[in-house]
Amino acid sequence: MKDFGFSVIKQRTIDYDQFDGRLLNEVLEMEPSFKVCLSCGGCTATCSAADLVSFNVRRMNLLLRRGETVELETEIQKCMLCGKCMLVCPRGINLRNVIMLIKKSIHKYKPVNL
Amino acid sequence: MKREGKIQVWQDYQKDIADDHYFYVRSCIRQNFFPGSEQTFLKILRRELNKDIYENPHHTSCSGIGYHSDIVPFDTIQTIVARQFALMTEAGYQNLAVSCITSFGIYNEIIETWKEFPSELEKVRSLLKKATGREFEIPQNVAHASDIIYKFRDKIASIGENRLVNQKTGKPLKIVEHIGCHYSKMFPSKGVGGAEFPHVLVGMIESWGGEVVDYPERRHCCGFGFRQYLVMSNRGYSVSNSRKKFESMEPYKPDAILCNCPGCPMFLDRWQYVIQEMEGKTYGENGQGIPVLTYEEMAGLVLGYDPWNMGMQMHQTNVEPLLDKMGIHYDTDLKYAGKDGKLIGKPKMVSCGC
Amino acid sequence: MKHIVVIGGGIAGMETACALTDAGHWVTVIEKEEQVGGKLNKWSYLFPDFTPADKILDALLEKHSEKDFSILSQTEVLSVNRQNNKFNIETSGKQKLEADAVVVATGYELFDASRKEEYGYKIYDHVITSADLEKLLLPDGDLSVAAGQNPKRIAFVHCVGSRDEKSGNHYCSKVCCITGVKQAIELKKRLPEAEIYCFYMDLRMYGKNFEELYREAQEKYDIQFIRGRLSEASEKIDKSLLIKSEDTLSGRPLKMNVDLLVLLVGMEAGKGTAKAAAACSIGCEESGFLRTSDPFLMSNFSEQEGIFLAGSCTAPMSVNDTILHARSAAQEVNNWLKKNN
Repeated sequence: MKDFGFSVIKQRTIDYDQFDGRLLNEVLEMEPSFKVCLSCGGCTATCSAADLVSFNVRRMNLLLRRGETVELETEIQKCMLCGKCMLVCPRGINLRNVIMLIKKSIHKYKPVNL
Repeated sequence: MKREGKIQVWQDYQKDIADDHYFYVRSCIRQNFFPGSEQTFLKILRRELNKDIYENPHHTSCSGIGYHSDIVPFDTIQTIVARQFALMTEAGYQNLAVSCITSFGIYNEIIETWKEFPSELEKVRSLLKKATGREFEIPQNVAHASDIIYKFRDKIASIGENRLVNQKTGKPLKIVEHIGCHYSKMFPSKGVGGAEFPHVLVGMIESWGGEVVDYPERRHCCGFGFRQYLVMSNRGYSVSNSRKKFESMEPYKPDAILCNCPGCPMFLDRWQYVIQEMEGKTYGENGQGIPVLTYEEMAGLVLGYDPWNMGMQMHQTNVEPLLDKMGIHYDTDLKYAGKDGKLIGKPKMVSCGC
Repeated sequence: MKHIVVIGGGIAGMETACALTDAGHWVTVIEKEEQVGGKLNKWSYLFPDFTPADKILDALLEKHSEKDFSILSQTEVLSVNRQNNKFNIETSGKQKLEADAVVVATGYELFDASRKEEYGYKIYDHVITSADLEKLLLPDGDLSVAAGQNPKRIAFVHCVGSRDEKSGNHYCSKVCCITGVKQAIELKKRLPEAEIYCFYMDLRMYGKNFEELYREAQEKYDIQFIRGRLSEASEKIDKSLLIKSEDTLSGRPLKMNVDLLVLLVGMEAGKGTAKAAAACSIGCEESGFLRTSDPFLMSNFSEQEGIFLAGSCTAPMSVNDTILHARSAAQEVNNWLKKNN
């Protein structure tokens, strides 16, 4: 293939039609409280880890719902499982269980071609 | 897709297009990219439509590319535009016919600026007077050259020899229409049919027997975008935008792409070749590209003009598949012949779909 | 006996008329359509508890059938002139009425979604408005997008024609958020296999039990809420729609293919209210809705003595708020008439 000094750029747009919902569905089935997240960010504000590393608990919901499995796997490693997020969540989500469920199953759904 | 809804939108965006006596301003880049198009436009107006159209050799670039690349300041471009208007005024014309979409956008932007800020107009009058001694009137009518072809599209169809119909199957050819961003995205009311469902090229395609392809990314920019293209390392942005359009139109199997901007046919044409080289991907039938035409070229084909006389050998994506479908006779041997009939040499680069 | 002319026979006008008749006045309602009841005639179920709209409408109309007041239907008001503490009203039916007070209850019009050209309403086959969908939500409504084929993925777009300078409307229409949640749930009940998404900027669940319904939509019906405003919709070769939005919480553009797109259209003051304002020489806000004397204590008073305002001609309003506003209008008229006697 010819080199022109530039190339086609990979699109950043989330292509929802490519979304693989299996991990999300598994997590929601085991922890239905996760369905009602409002994305308020209370969890991130109180997070013990977020103050020290770039970790955002609120985004776990989004990464899961957009099928960003690769990033999700790296991100959840940063959670210290202290559970402070659960103390502030206005909708009573069992976030620690959500993290544990992701950890348990994520290896099954990692995209192969990456 | 419901046609009635589109007709309603088209009715909402009708504009006045002068009937005759045009002062023609050429594009800087079209004469390199598609060298026969402007000549074809003049020929159609003068010979087929018996219109009075005048151009002045002292006309210069509007400097729009410099302006959009942050090189030419606004005061400068306003004064350059004022000078073009002065040439028009001196020649006794009031109707501007603009070949370039960038210039068309510039003229509209500046005229609207003067309406909103009369002090700018006074400043420019004084700058032009000081610099050149010239005075000017604001044109009464600003039409893009494609508006004029649109206005006379039915006349062209009635005197034309060819139609946008597949001669073998008898079915209308499927044509993608692509307007330049600065045609109506800046001022929807300045374009025939507005910005979302522009009618200017649709009207031509339908009058000439074709069928318009309405595909999801039809609103998207061709990818030119000035800065994306001018710096080589940025060209990935340009080609990626074009590619997005090709991917989106591909399922409709279009027979051609029709454009009204200098940049769009250039990039939609050349990038098909580049994508073929980079990714091995082509978007037309049988490993060929989708021919990309200017509206003058398409009008010329309808009128029975010789494709090589109109400079269509300059396309990097071969136009022969379209000519074959339309049943247009062309001489392969004369493709690269000059005006005097002698061969001017074939391009060294392999073109798309060769 | 005092005579009060009510302009508009929607739920605000009818409720005001009923209450004024109860107070012992003679009331004439002028309605431009053949039928009274206004926009409620076109609605199937009401938020937040899915009460059938006709149940509420029938109850309101039944109340008026027992009252003795006259309705001039298919009639519009041409002019309202004050003379010696009386209002002389001319109608399109050539009637001349004399009134002691006037109540403007001209309601709203739905935003014409085809003005948002980028969403392709009336052009793409499967783009509908919340008002179109409401009719389809009746038990015999056909939700299919092709012969025997129900939509598999449906998206709602919030704030169509509201909070949008391009539409000329800066204000929030207030009721569309909860309408979207209500309709999403109804669709999910009818099409349990379908995935349903709501594209919103803020969810303004201002009323009693609204937030609860939103939570139920997430918890029980798996409705997904994506924060971002649609930039455009395009029809694909198979008639499905490609929609684009930012997923603003992820900070990235998002595209999605849907089989049905529902535009949650907002409210506009409309031509009827503009005409009434001109005829009565009363002022409008920048939004086009009628100006009240103050937003707290005088929300039924126009700037003209003796001309009162009721319902959604003053601001976007839900059915229950409209009924309350109409009742308070009647009370204000009654008090004013007593005071000026």
